[in-house]
Amino acid sequence: MQKSLHIDPGKCTGCLQCEMACSYEHTGAFNPSRSLIKVFDFHHEGRKVPYTCTQCAEAWCLNACPVEAIKIDAATGAKVVLDAVCVGCKVCTIACPFGTINYSHETGKVQKCDLCGGEPACAEACPTDAITYIDSDWTGLERMRKWAQKTDSAARV
Amino acid sequence: MAWTRKILRINLTQGSCVSEPLNMAWAAQYLGQRGLASKYLVSEIDPLVDPLSPENKIIYATGPLTGTMASTGGRYSVVTKGPLTGVIACSNSGGFFGAELKFAGWDMIIVEGKSPTPVYLHIENELAELLPADDLWGTTVWATEATLKKRHQDPLLRVSSIGRAGENQVLFAAIVNDLHRAAGRSGVGAVMGSKNLKAIAVRGTRGVGNIADPKAFMAAATAGKKMLAENAVTGQGLPTYGTQVLMNVINEMGALPTRNHRDVEFEGARKISAEAMHEKRASDGRSHLVTNQACFGCTIACGRISRIDETHFSVETRPEYWGANGGLEYEAAWALGSANGVDDLEALQFANLLCNEDGMDPISFGATVGAVMELYDLGILSKEEIGLEVPFGSAAALCKLAEMTARGEGFGKILGQGSKRVCARYGRPELSMTVKGQEFPAYDGRALQGMGLAYATSNRGACHLRGYMVSSEVFGIPVKTDPRETEGKPEMLKAFQDATAVVDSSGLCVFTTFAWTMNDIQPQIQAACEGDWSQDSLLQMGERIWNLERDFNLAAGITGKDDTLPPRLLNEPCKTGGSKGMVAEIGKMLPVYYSARGWTADGVPTAATRARLGL
Repeated sequence: MQKSLHIDPGKCTGCLQCEMACSYEHTGAFNPSRSLIKVFDFHHEGRKVPYTCTQCAEAWCLNACPVEAIKIDAATGAKVVLDAVCVGCKVCTIACPFGTINYSHETGKVQKCDLCGGEPACAEACPTDAITYIDSDWTGLERMRKWAQKTDSAARV
Repeated sequence: MAWTRKILRINLTQGSCVSEPLNMAWAAQYLGQRGLASKYLVSEIDPLVDPLSPENKIIYATGPLTGTMASTGGRYSVVTKGPLTGVIACSNSGGFFGAELKFAGWDMIIVEGKSPTPVYLHIENELAELLPADDLWGTTVWATEATLKKRHQDPLLRVSSIGRAGENQVLFAAIVNDLHRAAGRSGVGAVMGSKNLKAIAVRGTRGVGNIADPKAFMAAATAGKKMLAENAVTGQGLPTYGTQVLMNVINEMGALPTRNHRDVEFEGARKISAEAMHEKRASDGRSHLVTNQACFGCTIACGRISRIDETHFSVETRPEYWGANGGLEYEAAWALGSANGVDDLEALQFANLLCNEDGMDPISFGATVGAVMELYDLGILSKEEIGLEVPFGSAAALCKLAEMTARGEGFGKILGQGSKRVCARYGRPELSMTVKGQEFPAYDGRALQGMGLAYATSNRGACHLRGYMVSSEVFGIPVKTDPRETEGKPEMLKAFQDATAVVDSSGLCVFTTFAWTMNDIQPQIQAACEGDWSQDSLLQMGERIWNLERDFNLAAGITGKDDTLPPRLLNEPCKTGGSKGMVAEIGKMLPVYYSARGWTADGVPTAATRARLGL
């Protein structure tokens, strides 16, 4: 089964456990500034939204890269940056419509979510299931189920 | 290690920012945050110093677990000599500022002297600079944060600042970070204001990567998070209802101080409860509560985000207050509500917003309003003197007084001196519901005997967070005790106070202790930090911190005679409810407490006690 990261902002409390888990997985330090997932706080609306790469099937970043430094991980479908090949030209950061691939001045390379090789640390760390790693063909299943339940009660009347 | 091993020392008189190594011998004895910052403070200032003079210092300190994946590991403390109390002040805050300071590579900031003109401190990793804040002076906490993020083109900047209350040296001014998290009590904001320091803005990209045993730490942190999730209080009660869930519970026990402690039951309690926050309003069909919110790293998420009714008189012409914002915590809802008899939830939220926006402690502010209302009720204070009518229960008076106090206008200047000074000024000092100059929080010291003793002996004046006996006397955590009983309370309180000092020195939040015991906290500290952090050594450290604070306070001029409660709590029995007829029996408990602490009959640590604790 191919899996996707699925984000439900309504469940997010803004604790940043995901950002710490991501940076710890990739750098060995708790360092939100190096996290590949970011939580945005729209405080006047009282909403918190975790956001990261959704691993587009036709990935703009991959297509734009002039040195073919972005490859598809066959097991997970993740678009993965090959550090040894990346020249830090940042063309992919222009191409990506969502802003989820970014340059790191510390490494001189771009960085993006790689799904941690199939065990995303952010989903593991999230205390409220705002971030889950589930069947990519059925990310809407839980939401469908909730609405399905409502139609059921109407039908009985 | 978990420490960054670096201190940033700021001398505002000279305008200097200097890095110095952390005293690791002290870190081994005091861990971090509350304990370690207190050690630095008492070693560096004269206990008799005027808290608002340049000779006082103010320390912003993280703990070793601040900025880690340990749940709630984002706390920092502000330690200074408190202007409200004249004793050591240590106010603890969550939000995101503390972790960011750690990520920038600093365990703590020590600020000394006084700047000739308003300044703010800007930190970007190892770079620290003092910059002019003339344009920020006179603006609110919220405006300051927005301006600084724009000026530095950095939306990820974390800001800790004072509003106009701190500038005006309101004696219960708070330091506010991340819009609505505060180092709230004892007037730490006034100290910042006295130094002409408006804000600290920090951006850290270094992270915390020097955990002593990363594998053991991750295992201990994960186990801790699982416990918090599975516990009824930390897993369900606090995220759903927040601390405000206590309103009905405490009221039903006859332990909810009402109208300046005249009563112990509030007829309007249900209307200002957590349950009421969930109810839909008639005006717009929306509930007050928008959502809950976590501080950095916290898997409990007790924080409230709420919205005021746009048609309420307090905000109807002020759309800037219509958005979602930091909501009421229990203590604030009590102080702004029950303490002065106001049951208008919208007015409480508005007054709470003003406290966040301009940096005031809502507990001391609300409780001082309660004293003012009693003085007015007795005919001692007049409408002319105050500028408006302030009967008990007036929501309009509450809202107006909040504005006047934050801005230092008219009678607000007097109210901003706190209950003790207001009552003394008008010749009725006994009406001030304070200990060592600090206002009570939301539990009546007559109805909960252990809590009464906790107030009398707290090292920062009346406070619920130095030894939360409510935990045992109301919730039965870790064991249920009868709130009417005095027997056994002094010993239990000592244990609570020492354990709390450990939590406050680690970077963790004390709310974890609804679920965690030292058995769960110790492995997280031990895995993160080098050295011996066994339970025995941690608890002895807690006791060491308590005695260090006590020694400072004694040198600052207090005596055992100050370990008491106002005459109303000692002599006027509770009038109604489950606590009817009770008074605070401090006289019974205090000698036992002193003895349990290894102090003389006058409340002074003996030479043997000092030697045992390495003081």
